[in-house]
Amino acid sequence: MATVDIRNVRKSYGPVEAIKGIDIAIRDGEFLVLLGPSGCGKSTLLRMVAGLETITGGEVAIGGRVVNQLDPKDRDIAMVFQNYALYPHMTVFDNMAYGLKIRGLPKAEIRARVDKAAAILELGRFLDRRPSQLSGGQRQRVAMGRAIVREPAAFLFDEPLSNLDAKLRTQMRVEIKRLQDRLRITSLYVTHDQVEAMTLADRILVMNHGVAEQIGTPLEVYQRPASLFVAGFIGSPPMNVLDGRIDDRGEAVDLAGGIRLALPQPRLSDAGRAVKLGVRPEHLATADSGFAIEVELVEALGADTVVYGRLAGGESLLVRVAGLPTCRNGDRLTVAPPPDALHLFDAVTGRRLEG
Amino acid sequence: MQRRVTFDSRLLPYLLLAPQVAVTLVFFIWPAAQAIWQSVHLQDAFGIRSEFVWFENFTYVLSDPNYLDTLKTTVIFSVAVTVLAMGVALLLAVLADSKIKGARVYKTLLIWPYALAPAVAAVLWMFIFNPDIGSFGRALRAFGYDWDYRLNGGQALAMVILAASWKQVSYNFIFFLAGLQAIPRSVMEAASIDGAGPARRFWTITFPLLSPTTFFLLVVDMVYAFFETFGTIHALTQGGPGKATETLIFRVYQDGVVNNDLGGSSAQSVILMVIVIALTAVQFRFVERKVHYA
Amino acid sequence: MTPSSSRSRLIDLVPHIVLIVGVLVFVYPIYVTLIGSTWDSGTIGRGGLPLWPSGEGPANYAQAWAGEAGDRAMYTPVRTMMLNSLVMALSIALGKIAISILSAYAVAFFRFPLRMAFFWLIFITLMLPVEVRIIPTYKVVADLGLIDTYAGLTIPLIASATATLLFRQFFLTIPDELLEAAKIDGAGPVRFFIDVVLPLSRTNIAALFVILFIYGWNQYLWPLLVTSSRDMETIVTGITKMIGTGESANDWHIIMATTVLAMLPPVAVVLLMQRWFVKGLVDSEK
Ligand SMILES: Nc1ncnc2c1ncn2[C@@H]1O[C@H](COP(=O)(O)OP(=O)(O)OP(=O)(O)O)[C@@H](O)[C@H]1O
Ligand SMILES: [Mg+2]
Repeated sequence: MATVDIRNVRKSYGPVEAIKGIDIAIRDGEFLVLLGPSGCGKSTLLRMVAGLETITGGEVAIGGRVVNQLDPKDRDIAMVFQNYALYPHMTVFDNMAYGLKIRGLPKAEIRARVDKAAAILELGRFLDRRPSQLSGGQRQRVAMGRAIVREPAAFLFDEPLSNLDAKLRTQMRVEIKRLQDRLRITSLYVTHDQVEAMTLADRILVMNHGVAEQIGTPLEVYQRPASLFVAGFIGSPPMNVLDGRIDDRGEAVDLAGGIRLALPQPRLSDAGRAVKLGVRPEHLATADSGFAIEVELVEALGADTVVYGRLAGGESLLVRVAGLPTCRNGDRLTVAPPPDALHLFDAVTGRRLEG
Repeated sequence: MQRRVTFDSRLLPYLLLAPQVAVTLVFFIWPAAQAIWQSVHLQDAFGIRSEFVWFENFTYVLSDPNYLDTLKTTVIFSVAVTVLAMGVALLLAVLADSKIKGARVYKTLLIWPYALAPAVAAVLWMFIFNPDIGSFGRALRAFGYDWDYRLNGGQALAMVILAASWKQVSYNFIFFLAGLQAIPRSVMEAASIDGAGPARRFWTITFPLLSPTTFFLLVVDMVYAFFETFGTIHALTQGGPGKATETLIFRVYQDGVVNNDLGGSSAQSVILMVIVIALTAVQFRFVERKVHYA
Repeated sequence: MTPSSSRSRLIDLVPHIVLIVGVLVFVYPIYVTLIGSTWDSGTIGRGGLPLWPSGEGPANYAQAWAGEAGDRAMYTPVRTMMLNSLVMALSIALGKIAISILSAYAVAFFRFPLRMAFFWLIFITLMLPVEVRIIPTYKVVADLGLIDTYAGLTIPLIASATATLLFRQFFLTIPDELLEAAKIDGAGPVRFFIDVVLPLSRTNIAALFVILFIYGWNQYLWPLLVTSSRDMETIVTGITKMIGTGESANDWHIIMATTVLAMLPPVAVVLLMQRWFVKGLVDSEK
């Protein structure tokens, strides 16, 4: 049980700065998800916490103890890798027991811990098998078992589910959630899958190009994305973004084609400002006035329907509505969001305009 | 060239390398350096003083008509061994790779001669072709052919060529078979759907796809014929009759050990090193291409 | 049956015929030697060797195995030569494997100053087969006082770039994550080598063992040079010394029995470990 503090941590590979100063205090028992596109530095950050990568600048503290100079084995962490990284020549039991043996735990204690972890993960029947005799999902459970038996201060996961097929991934996601509810061990979890992030996280750290774009609960990140990047990365299909300008009285946004949307409350200080207007597809509904679109494509997903529309000015607009399709290609629709579903971002910096 | 993740340790890697580096320095680098040093020096009769003579030893060796004869013998011998060993091995491998009954048994029966020493191969051939005790040797004489490789230089050369190739067939067979098995079935099937007959399939598909293996074996067989056949020749003909079966490596041994001519044999050793380095360099250029190809 | 189908039957037979001829060419000399080893030297020397064995076999082998002398000359007993060959083959095979796997581990799993220099130093030995540097190497061994010793017979042959390269290539395929998992489990470089790398290398070691055992057993020029005492004779060089100039008046029965015994260990190793050996041979030359 421990907190993990990451203080202004940086990482450079020669002249290339992969992590440009990240700060976050992870609470005891918290499940923090690192989310971001490929190459944004998620693994690098995680591996610096693990001690597999040297820290160029800043500090990492686990349980209040600065660990910058410690070897991985002395950091009291356990890690689960994307490709499982099981020892191919050892049985499931030995894979889980190896770290405990090295630490010199008594045999009976090792047996007890492995059996307990195997029971939690339903691996009891496979203890004598080799990794090659297991399915992908079972291998991933062994990798988690290896982490659990260590009873570490923190779990580190690097995309543990991305080698699994879609169905298994959903199933394992639920298992990890249950495990977390049961064990309550501080966890850092790297993924680029937003569904995993939304369902597992207590808090999400959204990363882009080595910086933290936003840190917040899943709902905060969804409801109040701190930047255009976060807005576009979270939510599926992604948020619609349109160029606009706040009118001189700060009461509405003017968009191309004479469309004008009223703001929920006036923003006098922003009057006349160029903005990007964000609207989530699921927040658009047919209305008398608003966006007039021509339907170009209709995707029926069963539970809901995604409509690809085009505005008179040529911009595309996605609309997601519950239920089966009610329109066809070529139809003309008018849709509008409720005023409180508008997201405003600075046109230049991309940061959210709060208020 | 290097893993991304490594261990940190100052001393350990050097300790791990120490045994191999020590053996390499003492028994490879040092002798090779000495060979090079001696090849440009001339020692007096008592081996006390030596004089730097530039390339005199080389000019001496290379202008010696005997040495040039030996070189010619070596080339004939090596080319013959390489062609024979590869040709027979390719034929057998193609047949053993086809879907015929008992292919596995044939394979096993053709692979094991790899285990024989070149000298033992020579002894086996002697048991058969010796004009006094060998069944074939006696049969040849009974048919009125004047067969005695101990007296006839041409026959002696033929004998060592056959014995040396005989031993090398299995090695080539193993590699050709591995090469053939690496050719995807689908390629052959596509060709037969296109209407290519067996012979055409072999020359337009199998043979080109085997070319990396063929090239590799070419180099290996040349090196084998140059050096490892010392045992074959020593056991069968002792380089004779006359110098009919004396190859370069045999001559290094003769001059250095039997005749105790250090400068001359060192110069010859250096010439051999150059040949090996050239062959290895050719092989590596090709290996790189093969890596690309794979 | 139509004529065309019987002709195609004949064509189907051609590969078998060629392969059987091939097999015969390789088996016949061995067969002759085996048969010869069961007859008396007179029968062989007259060239009247039948195609079937005789009852002299056991006596011939007993004489070859333990006897100091044949009917015409003195020999080193086969048991002594076999022991020497075995020591030579095992020392070369195990020695090469040991020093190569260690150096490959250093080159593959550590970052240290002069790493590439060491790599090239080892690599260069690929270009210096023992035959090429035979005379100066002999001189070094003589200066070290190693003539007629097992050390002199084997150590100069155990540095091998091929084995090092093979292990290094295999080590590069071990995933980084495995190394990282081991680090997190608390394994240092020595433990990782013993607990993970060594067990994973088993197949490679077995394959290399076959190849190197044969390489060691079949050494010829080197033992010819560095051994002169009869107690140090190895079996392959021993045979040719027995034959001498190949006169018909020789102890052929002993020579043939000795030849059979000389072939036995390497052929057995190849046949018993065929699968590993073929894979190892093809891999090590990649
Ligand atoms: N050893 C290295 N040397 C140089 N650059 C590196 C090294 N390791 C990572 N990088 C760079 O650092 C950046 C972050 O890499 P990192 O592996 O952390 O990305 P990631 O977010 O985990 O991506 P993915 O989702 O693809 O795993 C990348 O741009 C990568 O190219
Ligand atoms: Mg990553």
